Amino acid sequence: MTALLAALLIGALVAFVLWALSGPFRARAAAARPGDSDARRALESAKESKYAEIRDNETDYRTGKLSDVDYRELDRQLRAEAVEILRAIDEFDAANPAPSD
Amino acid sequence: MAFAGRLALVLALVVCVYGIAAALYGARRGRRDWVDSGRRSIYCLAAILTVAMAILEVAFIRNDFSYNTVANTSSTTTPLLYRAAAMWSSQEGSLLLWVWLLSIWASVATVITRNRLRDIVPYASSVLLGFGAFFTTLLVFFDSPFAQTHPAPVQGAGLDPLLRNPSMLIHPPMLYSGYTFFTIPFAFAVGALVVRRVDADWIRVTRRFALASWLFLGIGILLGARWSYYELGWGGYWGWDPVENAALMPWLISTAFLHSVMIQEKRGMLKIWNASLVLGASTLAIVGTFLVRSGVLNSIHAFGASTLGIPFVALIAAMTGGSIYLVVSRRDVLRSEHTLDSLFSREAAFLLNNVVLVGLCFVIFWGTFFPLISKAVTGTSAAVGPPWFDRYTVPLALILVLLSGVGPAIAWRRATLANARRNFLLPLGAAAAMAVAAYTVVPISSSIGVVLLFCAAAFVFASVGQEFWRGWRARRATSRDSPPLAFLSMVRRNRRRYGGYIVHLGIAVLFIGVAASATFQHEQTLSLQVGQSTKVGAYTMKYVRATGSVVTDPNHTGATMTLGAVLRVTRGGHYVGTLRPSAGYFPSSPIVPGLVVASLISGDAVDQIGLQSSWRRDLWAAIKPLGTTLPANGTQLPEEQLISKADALIPANEPGADQLSLAYYLLRAIVTHYRNFPPPASFTLIASPLVMWIWIGGLIVLLGGLTAIWPAPSALRSRVRARYLARVAQELGRA
Amino acid sequence: MTPPRKRQVRLVVSLTLAVLLASGLIYTSFSAADPALTPSQLVRQAKQGTDIQLTGTVVKHSVHDLASGAVDFALADRAGGGPTVEVEYSGSVPPTFEVGRELIVTGELRGRTFVATPSSMVTKCPSKYAAAPSST
Repeated sequence: MTALLAALLIGALVAFVLWALSGPFRARAAAARPGDSDARRALESAKESKYAEIRDNETDYRTGKLSDVDYRELDRQLRAEAVEILRAIDEFDAANPAPSD
Repeated sequence: MAFAGRLALVLALVVCVYGIAAALYGARRGRRDWVDSGRRSIYCLAAILTVAMAILEVAFIRNDFSYNTVANTSSTTTPLLYRAAAMWSSQEGSLLLWVWLLSIWASVATVITRNRLRDIVPYASSVLLGFGAFFTTLLVFFDSPFAQTHPAPVQGAGLDPLLRNPSMLIHPPMLYSGYTFFTIPFAFAVGALVVRRVDADWIRVTRRFALASWLFLGIGILLGARWSYYELGWGGYWGWDPVENAALMPWLISTAFLHSVMIQEKRGMLKIWNASLVLGASTLAIVGTFLVRSGVLNSIHAFGASTLGIPFVALIAAMTGGSIYLVVSRRDVLRSEHTLDSLFSREAAFLLNNVVLVGLCFVIFWGTFFPLISKAVTGTSAAVGPPWFDRYTVPLALILVLLSGVGPAIAWRRATLANARRNFLLPLGAAAAMAVAAYTVVPISSSIGVVLLFCAAAFVFASVGQEFWRGWRARRATSRDSPPLAFLSMVRRNRRRYGGYIVHLGIAVLFIGVAASATFQHEQTLSLQVGQSTKVGAYTMKYVRATGSVVTDPNHTGATMTLGAVLRVTRGGHYVGTLRPSAGYFPSSPIVPGLVVASLISGDAVDQIGLQSSWRRDLWAAIKPLGTTLPANGTQLPEEQLISKADALIPANEPGADQLSLAYYLLRAIVTHYRNFPPPASFTLIASPLVMWIWIGGLIVLLGGLTAIWPAPSALRSRVRARYLARVAQELGRA
Repeated sequence: MTPPRKRQVRLVVSLTLAVLLASGLIYTSFSAADPALTPSQLVRQAKQGTDIQLTGTVVKHSVHDLASGAVDFALADRAGGGPTVEVEYSGSVPPTFEVGRELIVTGELRGRTFVATPSSMVTKCPSKYAAAPSST
């Protein structure tokens, strides 16, 4: 009885493994959207990080760690860097238009 | 069924090897389908190992002693919950637990990164499957949990009573979760270096995983300390034992990483350093796993010569060699984009914090492996003790606590003197006030180390408190939230920062507890008669009366006999509390004919600590009522003589069940005699200040860690806000 | 000083400092360490008066409780057999102390007896992590 159960268990496992591992080959290859590419992801993450930095800078200023002058200078610098990243994203999107489905 | 388990492990190994091959092939040929198949191997591994775990657990629960591992670590007399936990008290069971946890976390990581880091994922998957292959190879070829003996023994060896406590259920899985989780940042670091891409996306993903491993490992370490204090008979929570150190080292390195990765994120600096930290922390985690089972060092955990030492050393060598090769060969990708602007900045504080943490790790590493080092250098194995560790770690820890108060109050890039005055005035004032208090009100001036730590802690409290206060005030100024809501939204909008601040608070609280309890503890080990009292620090403890009980438990799931004491504690004549330490005596297995009564109680003994905790101090008591071993040699207590006499009274030709009930009857009589005419008993008594703050500090650290790791508020809201910010940024750029 | 130069100087200074501190640490560890010996090694070397860390297995029938609360026992090598060392121990005894279990005590050799520092005993956690005999 347990022998039968064990055989069924192993059989089910093997079947599952074969099904799971062969899945990507059976499905039709999905068109890779440029929005998914690693390069664009990296730019997005850089943008998020830069925004977080701008917010951090403001928090530092409001909690008294930066003088007015220092804050404004740093803020200007960070926003300029953010603009650069946005520009890079726009360039990337222009060079890799999404396929019209 | 055991054969099915064996097959499952073989299948797991095959899947690992396939997955590595598929992922690498797909990466080299740019074939997404092969890579995805490789990724799915990780999910398959998790499924297979879950089945294998289930088969083994069922065997434990059903008391199937044909399994060698069940027979070695469990018995019919072990309670159900502990039978399930007994699985990981053996080497093969713990390896299975390790690789199962690895497969679960790897699956989580694979799900999270299903649409990201596409060039890195194939290599990261291969590394994770490589670890899986290593451990399943050990399980298939070296030490199988499904090994059987036929015919099956009737009874198992049983789980040592010392392990029958709730900590045993949680501590190993939690610690293993911490260790196995470290493989994920390792895998992604290796992958990123292989494809030469260490960018913002990699940082965000790796940081989350590193934080999770840091959190799990930290909880595991704290639980271990708690277990040691509450269950073991020496009243301490940290002994600089090799396995304690083995868990602490990767935790220190990952703490360093969590700080310095912020510098990389902001300034593109320290890339080589960060890569090395990630790779180092993970390698140390494997070293820790290895130490516990190698027998290489003398420690509370290391046991017998293990056959697995060599494979582990090979793995560690491969990880170390591979990491060094990758970092050196990819150093052009890891070049810094900027340099340090000023030595008076948050970056500089983080750098110093990193140096101290790595220094701490080095000291602990050196001390832990010293027996091996000295053997290699001088030929004799020599060990350094806790005093050596304390001498070097205490000043470093002090600097660390101080830094944790500097960081929050200083700005990025460049701090000015004027700002420093505004931000450090209050914290420095708090430290000074504490110094004054230390020499007047608070009785700690006898130890300069404790005074310095208390001042540093006051510095941290004030600095972090100031940050929360100012942040809250700023939030209220810019939003229309009610005060409590403003506080919550302030934290929610910047979980990393405020979570980190909470962790700093927790660490300061924890160190206050450690400093006070380590320095001002009073301990005594002595023999007391009923009615006698002794002074422990400012407290008087009096042995009021003896207690004892016998439990008739045909299943022998608990202690047969418990002997204890009632201690009345007073301070300056005022009643403070009552402690009830006791010792539980378990039956030995099997029952020896002719020594039935002795067998009922000569198995392992367990200390049940008498403890009273309060904010100010812990009162801790352990008792050793009878001799060190039973049956006893040498000076026998009257009870022990009685036991021998009782055994002589039991007729040998009576049926077993009758012998047993007679034995219980006699044992009860002996225990009653003990209660009424107790002999002097040996006590270990401790009065230790501020111990509770250690656990409270740990909880605060946990709270802070959870705050930091919690995902940011809904993506939609942040995307809308981001769009506005972008517009503003562009317009400003044009202005 | 130009920035790259400043960086180089900083790096050199910090590395030198690190090396100095590490050397100090390494040097003191050799003098602060106690030799870690097994009973057979101790019997062979028999160095009196210095602190030693002794690791061994408790020998059967060797445990004697003294009226003073101290306990005497003998330790043998992990492999068993061979010369044993008599140990005089006072202080707290962990509940995991058992005949046949391995433990560590720190103390010094006085004559033929090893006098242990009070409460310096460390016994092993009972998790059975050794490989099963069949696979050794």
